[in-house]
Amino acid sequence: MATAQIQESGPSNPAVRTAKQMGRFNRWDTPWLNTKLLLGVGIIALILLFGIFGRLFWDTKLALTGKSPLNLPPVGLTTTLGGKLTGTWAHPLGTESSGRDMLALIIVGAPNSFLIGIIASTVGMGLGILLGFTSGFVGGRADDIIRLLSDVAITIPSLLVLIVIQSLLRQVEITTIALLISLFAWPTPTRLIRAQVLTMRESGYVQMAKLSGASTFSIMFREIMPNLIPYLFASFIGNATGAILAAVGLETLGLGPQRIPTLGGTIYFAIQGAALLRNMWWWWGIPTLLLAIMFVGLLLINLGFDEIANPRLRQSSQ
Amino acid sequence: MRGITLNYFLRRLGIFFLTIWIAGTIIWLIPHLAPGDPISAMVARLASRSGFVENSAEIIQGWKERFGLNDSLPVQYVRYLGNLVHLDFGYSMANFPTPVSELINQALPWTIGLLLIATMITFVLGNFLGAIMVWRRTPRMIKYLIPVGMMFTSLPSILAALFLAYVFSFLLNWFPLIGSYDMGMKPGLNGPFILSVIQHGTLPALSIVIVSFGYWTLGMRGMMITVEGEDYMSLARAKGLGPFYMLYRYMVRNAILPQITAFAITLGTLISGQVLVEYAFSYQGMGTVIYNAILNQDYPVIQGTSFILIVVTALAVLIIDLIYPLIDPRISYGAK
Repeated sequence: MATAQIQESGPSNPAVRTAKQMGRFNRWDTPWLNTKLLLGVGIIALILLFGIFGRLFWDTKLALTGKSPLNLPPVGLTTTLGGKLTGTWAHPLGTESSGRDMLALIIVGAPNSFLIGIIASTVGMGLGILLGFTSGFVGGRADDIIRLLSDVAITIPSLLVLIVIQSLLRQVEITTIALLISLFAWPTPTRLIRAQVLTMRESGYVQMAKLSGASTFSIMFREIMPNLIPYLFASFIGNATGAILAAVGLETLGLGPQRIPTLGGTIYFAIQGAALLRNMWWWWGIPTLLLAIMFVGLLLINLGFDEIANPRLRQSSQ
Repeated sequence: MRGITLNYFLRRLGIFFLTIWIAGTIIWLIPHLAPGDPISAMVARLASRSGFVENSAEIIQGWKERFGLNDSLPVQYVRYLGNLVHLDFGYSMANFPTPVSELINQALPWTIGLLLIATMITFVLGNFLGAIMVWRRTPRMIKYLIPVGMMFTSLPSILAALFLAYVFSFLLNWFPLIGSYDMGMKPGLNGPFILSVIQHGTLPALSIVIVSFGYWTLGMRGMMITVEGEDYMSLARAKGLGPFYMLYRYMVRNAILPQITAFAITLGTLISGQVLVEYAFSYQGMGTVIYNAILNQDYPVIQGTSFILIVVTALAVLIIDLIYPLIDPRISYGAK
């Protein structure tokens, strides 16, 4: 039902459309079937499936130090690094300087990065929804305080505060990192939701609900919330991207989880081990490539949601 | 001044100081919330690395004395805030007795210089591309090429840094890999030195530009599409105004304003990204200082550099917010 409501209450479109383009009766012609969105979801799903099912076919213990020969290149390639070494099928993506198998590393590492993003983004969004609705709907003193706090929090570069925290904590779990990151993930959704709630508060159907005696809670979550869904999704993905970005930043500085393999952590060890100068491109290149694909997928999802939420962008892209 | 009331100015200034105060307090609070005191933890870490530290009990006592850790917490907190005002962060533990502020003094100009150049290129390039993506006169081919160039958008800057370093430094050997100028060169305002700085700065700056210009292109495109649909654009076309005149006077000038607000909001991410790029290239800026401090468990340095970067960000946002009403005459804050 939510999609139908969005079409009706979305920004009015000045461009003239033919009946065929309007296509209200074609169930496949919904804005949710957006090419960019589907492509992005596909990419992310592939990486996740690779991480989940990869464990069934590949021994993830190989991701630990010293479980494999050192410095092997990917299969079929030869390096002259410390004697002539040729890659074998036993380690198809090669190994690094302390004997970790690259394939096992990325199978274990890729879902970890997502996990951080999803936990941090969920908690951040939860806070954002709570604060944004309070600020936009309740207003008054609460609005002043929330706005002030989000103005303050949004300008603090979160990575720097996280660096300070992490350099003291050192031994951390994935959930701890995710929760720490989520402390900085609420201001953007708060602002966004507040702005949307402020516009919707004055709209006809909310006034109508008020007149019919609906409770504040019911107006907030049953009337306004469904219309915010594309914004919430876009904001969620944007937030998850930011959280993964922060996590990767910490990991590449060597401040990520120490015992659990992560993609950023692999890059950190590669920089430490001078992989660039030793031409061990697979060591830093494979996690970099995987992260890059992951971020392209997230960007596509984000752009897709933008087009769903803003019909003008959609139209001119055709 | 036009558009700025005293009220708005004071509120903005208040937010600036509140930001710095909250950031400073978080940075101070965390070591005190963590179990154990920072000094013992540090000595323990030293011991675990070198096997044994002689007279560790005396060292701990001495440091505690020196840092006044035997005083009550409120006293320590007030003294800490007082030190922050004087930008006194104590001494580096790894390079004792170098004061932290001296390390910052050496690194900060490099960071700010790189940041200014990279962000200016990013902002101008990104908005320009976003504008011509919507402009009717743009050749079709360019409109298709721009999205391809945006492939790197929203990537962590360190990934772009590694990729560029590999291709342009390692494989092609066009640019130097490490540092901000040739080793053994004397810093000064002469031709060879400036050339060397440019050579060393190109890849770090490029890493920042290619991951962030797409963000501005997308935002600008969205704004331009909105402006394109306005009635005054139809009028301008009906009047037969020149396409370049319309592009600049009618479209870009209106579309660019929200981009400037967005700029203030993304500055924090930008600075975080740059810290990582500097570390990847061992550029002489704050990023490398922070990285070395992390390696050496040099807590005062981590604290000081992070705090200064937070202040720089807050200051930049303050400046943008204060000049914004001057750029956009429609905005007048505080005049209700």
